[in-house]
Amino acid sequence: MSMKIKDEPFKDRLDESLQNSFMRNAVSQAQGRFQSRKQLASDELGNWEEWRSHGEEIRQHVLENLDYYLQQLSDNVSSRGGHVFFAATAEEATTYIKNIAREKQAKKIVKAKSMVTEEINLNAHLEEMGCTVVETDLGEYILQVDDHDPPSHIVTPALHKNKEQIRDVFTEKLGYTASSAPEELALHARKLLREDYLTADIGITGCNFAVAETGSICLVTNEGNADLVTSLPKTQITVMGMERMVPTFEELDILVSLLTRSAVGQKLTSYVTVLTGPREELDVDGPEEFHLVIVDNGRSDILGTEFQSVLQCIRCAACINICPVYRHVGGHAYGSIYSGPIGAVLSPLLGGYDDFKELPYASTLCGACTEACPVKIPLHELLHKHREVIVEKEGRAPISEQLAMKAFGLGAASSMLYKFGSKMAPSMMNPFTQNNAISKGPGPLKAWTDIREFPAPEKERFRDWFEAREKGGKQ
Amino acid sequence: MKVSLFATCLVDLFHSSYGKATVELLERLGCDVDFPDGQICCGQPAYNSGYVKGSKEAMKHIIRTFEHSEYVVSPSGSCAYMLHEYATIFKEDTIWGPKAQALADKTYELTSFIVDVLDVVDVGAKFEGTVTYHPSCHMTRLLGVKDAPRKLLENVKGLTLVDLPLSHNCCGFGGTFSVKMGKISEQMVDEKVASTVATGAQYLIGADAGCIMNIGGRLTRQGLPIQTLHIAEVLNSL
Repeated sequence: MSMKIKDEPFKDRLDESLQNSFMRNAVSQAQGRFQSRKQLASDELGNWEEWRSHGEEIRQHVLENLDYYLQQLSDNVSSRGGHVFFAATAEEATTYIKNIAREKQAKKIVKAKSMVTEEINLNAHLEEMGCTVVETDLGEYILQVDDHDPPSHIVTPALHKNKEQIRDVFTEKLGYTASSAPEELALHARKLLREDYLTADIGITGCNFAVAETGSICLVTNEGNADLVTSLPKTQITVMGMERMVPTFEELDILVSLLTRSAVGQKLTSYVTVLTGPREELDVDGPEEFHLVIVDNGRSDILGTEFQSVLQCIRCAACINICPVYRHVGGHAYGSIYSGPIGAVLSPLLGGYDDFKELPYASTLCGACTEACPVKIPLHELLHKHREVIVEKEGRAPISEQLAMKAFGLGAASSMLYKFGSKMAPSMMNPFTQNNAISKGPGPLKAWTDIREFPAPEKERFRDWFEAREKGGKQ
Repeated sequence: MKVSLFATCLVDLFHSSYGKATVELLERLGCDVDFPDGQICCGQPAYNSGYVKGSKEAMKHIIRTFEHSEYVVSPSGSCAYMLHEYATIFKEDTIWGPKAQALADKTYELTSFIVDVLDVVDVGAKFEGTVTYHPSCHMTRLLGVKDAPRKLLENVKGLTLVDLPLSHNCCGFGGTFSVKMGKISEQMVDEKVASTVATGAQYLIGADAGCIMNIGGRLTRQGLPIQTLHIAEVLNSL
């Protein structure tokens, strides 16, 4: 699958990530910044929980009426002179876009940030046919310059790099000579990118939200790059996941507020751009041709299932920014362009369990993601739901675990078995016990005692104490 | 007030002192405590690992055990939450659904029972020392018990409560996660240990045996002198 970013097995990805102290430092610092900014931005509204409920309601409504709004969106884009293409698969989407590029004899394509184009691996397809594709979002640009390093975060894709590393990349690849000051780095990229905007044949964007009522697309950015991508090239292609719609501007208002406050703790980003169709007669800029590619790629298979709520996602990354697992492993360990809790739910659904079956277990089910989600996706419940499917429907759990759980199930449902087993435990564990603790546990305990002490089972269980006390009369 | 104690398997087998303190504390607050002997485990380890069908017998066993109890109180936020979760798990079941709901309605985590049901915030405890408190994830986020432990600790005489940095981050226990994803768990518990050390506290207090076992086990492994206690032990100190 194209959303897969690494071929190594999960275990190796994990080891590599845990050893990357640069990345881990960058991630934990970024989490701190994101968390405090989000807190301020949501407190400021005074009734954040009400906003979340509105957000959830809007997203659920759209999913329940997806066919209606897709039709409305499509009709309105068409009536404004735009072209709409429904792509059932990644391949259909890339083929359609490649055909446009071929038709326009495009040599250079500029792109604004888009996760769905990562999902369908669009850049590789366009490069294969000889096009030069330039990412214009600074984070994406850095990664592209660094030999296509994959994104590790859905909003700030280069989160895993610090400014010194970025300077080194620029020095090596772009002949950069200035310091690691973010302003100087950005200025350098900006200077180079200006040339690209002016000489590009096609501009490609993602889509934060499409407004069904007007056929408009909304782009939320901080760098203004999306405005240049959509105003200078003659042809614009916008690629969107089929669920990324709002009925009207009224709902757009609420969701954009939720998105910017949750993602980066801003009331609004520097640019919230709404575009409707191609350039009209009196417009001073804008593309002559506009294509909207609506991508399914597995989404409609999620509709109507117990995982439907994952499609409420507005890609704000609030769940990633709070996740205590992501904090330590970073984005690349997930092996998918979608990382963190949302990635652990979405990747197995869109990309299959073969590649992503470990991800639902890379969570303590602590619920921080669910609490952070601005549209109330019960993420930790969906992670649990995946485990249930993996174990009980797919039968993919290891045999040893199945047996252990079977034994556990019996012991936990039968008083007699439990009482016998727990009574025997202290003597069974005696050879491993020292100072009331087990430092080197046998069997499944080893994985615990590799890291920490395990308490020795008590000779007098709590129930023994209670029983004796009842018999002897309370003291 | 009649209270049935759901001690949890970790307390029954490994940390009986948490259970003893809970019983004595509740009795001191005027409760008549019983321990329905049939109780075992809430089924959470298997359930959370995805063995939903496989853990239902354990759940039914717990439902039956506490069927006639007036209140069920547990010194573990996570296990109390699991008993609440039964109502959702058996929602479609016409026989067990209502029984599960009835159990959920009368089940409380210890500190929330003291503050919300007994309406007590000062249990008259005395405890000399500087402590920090780790808020467990299931208890705070899923069960919604956020303020009760703090309210109770603030009223303990002689006790100095220091904020735990990054307290909202999970300690890395997560049931089978702690062994299945041991390497990640290790990093998480290490950061929790580092935060605890940074407070300068002598004691780390928790309200969930699983989390305490995890953090405490790592503290001991690293030879750090910080002692872990269950909140019931602190509230039961006179």
